[in-house]
Amino acid sequence: MTAPMVKAEGVHKRFGRLEVLKGISLEVQPGDVLVLLGPSGSGKSTFLRCINHLEKINSGRLSVDGELVGYRESGGKLHELRESEIARKRGEIGMVFQHFNLFPHMTALENVTCAPIRVKGMARDRADTRAAELLGRVGLPDKLSAYPAQLSGGQQQRVAIARALAMEPKLMLFDEPTSALDPELVGDVLQAMKQLAGEGMTMIVVTHEMGFAAEVADSVVFMDDGIVVEAGDPDRVLGNPRHERTRAFLSKVL
Amino acid sequence: MSGGSIETPPAAGRPEDIRAVPVRHPGRWVAGVLILLFGASLIHSVATNKLLEWHVVGNFLFDQRIFEGIVVTLELTAGAMALGVILGVLLAVMRLSPNPLVSGSSWLYIWFFRATPVLVQLLFWYNVSAVYPRISLGIPFLGVEFVHGSANTIITPLAAALLGLGLNEGAYMAEIVRAGIISVGEGQTEAAQSLGMSRLQIMRRIVLPQAMRVIIPPTGNETISMLKTTALVSVIAYTELLLAAENIYSVNYKPIQLLIVASIWYAVMTSALYVGQYYLERHYGRGAARELPPTPLERIRRGLFSLRREQATP
Repeated sequence: MTAPMVKAEGVHKRFGRLEVLKGISLEVQPGDVLVLLGPSGSGKSTFLRCINHLEKINSGRLSVDGELVGYRESGGKLHELRESEIARKRGEIGMVFQHFNLFPHMTALENVTCAPIRVKGMARDRADTRAAELLGRVGLPDKLSAYPAQLSGGQQQRVAIARALAMEPKLMLFDEPTSALDPELVGDVLQAMKQLAGEGMTMIVVTHEMGFAAEVADSVVFMDDGIVVEAGDPDRVLGNPRHERTRAFLSKVL
Repeated sequence: MSGGSIETPPAAGRPEDIRAVPVRHPGRWVAGVLILLFGASLIHSVATNKLLEWHVVGNFLFDQRIFEGIVVTLELTAGAMALGVILGVLLAVMRLSPNPLVSGSSWLYIWFFRATPVLVQLLFWYNVSAVYPRISLGIPFLGVEFVHGSANTIITPLAAALLGLGLNEGAYMAEIVRAGIISVGEGQTEAAQSLGMSRLQIMRRIVLPQAMRVIIPPTGNETISMLKTTALVSVIAYTELLLAAENIYSVNYKPIQLLIVASIWYAVMTSALYVGQYYLERHYGRGAARELPPTPLERIRRGLFSLRREQATP
């Protein structure tokens, strides 16, 4: 059996006195798509942000590809990583945000080439070629020189996916990627994500798109109030939930 | 047929425009007449007052000494603003540092230079050799010196002027730059972080270019203000535009005429800065709007075009 891409053991996260994650344990195998479901405020997004160290966890262990997130372990002690080491590890994990967070002063192409050029030191023309290729793959071959303000929400989100892919990540995190979109624009973004899953990318997706979960996910985790209530095969969790809370949630969103 | 049918508007031609009697505004007419009267009397007095001696203004407007003063004023403005902007960016980034010693020292600097008048600071730098006759650059307390010399040769009137204006400007620019940095959303930093960019890269490539939109207008304001503040330098005997004019009227006793000459040139220079600021703002507005606003030239061209079109369609 291969080592898991993401492994969480009893992850806790507090904001002041508010405990947002109360002991999350789960595993994601390489090439798998995990969908995180749950009502707002259940801690899904916070957990996602912990994985690339945008948030620091308070206790428990969280590792990506066999390495602890944010720490190095030696002599039975945890040592905080330097900023540059954290940055390097973040570069290996792609993240797509609910509100796209594209850089508004750069064109679509520049958004995608920025990190490969600045972080990986890639030559500009090679970065340009690869970025054009990626933007073509997400269905935007004719929008290379458009600024984010000139694009629809769905187009912006697909640029954001291409931007994350440009760093050749081994793991992609999606934080409610379609929640800020008009309903008719959701399909294109989900299509791009589906295609990515088909190519074998390891993905963790926070979403309310039940259709996507049923069709693409290898496993589904239902979270509520900072704990994992139920996890398993999508058909089983969505079709035949064991817990009352899962059932109540699904009856509202389906 | 369905129950509620939607009526289609009559296809025949355009509906007739409303023709109504407009509301009268007698107040506007009264105000207009009063303003015209006041303006006319002002122009009349300025034009007919023999004592103003406009020909003197004309004689000195293009005087060699005035031009030399203009060049110095521009140099001082550029130098002091360059120092101010560099210091301002540095102080603003320091102010936002998580290290309390770094942010605290930035706060102290800003407080000190905003708490004292710039005229006092200029006089201070001009006279600093009285208390520090010898200046050196080196490692303190160890007696290691790289450069040293007499304060009178290092702090020339030009150095005193640049230090006085630039250090003071740095404090104000720091607050402007800080406001710009804060105005860029947290999501931008997070997105850049998630791509593996370092803090310095994020500041330089992502945050500062976006902060520019907020920073440029008040910086233009500061530059215009600086151009006029350089006149204070005349008190430390550095010959810029105002002192050049003063030097002339101390000989020919025509202060008002020469002050008018200086004012005309200050106004010309600030107006030029207006134009520069417009194009700078336009440059950093990229991506903020779907389309950049037209330049004044484009606007004139478009105005003419629409006029012609209106004439074409009766």
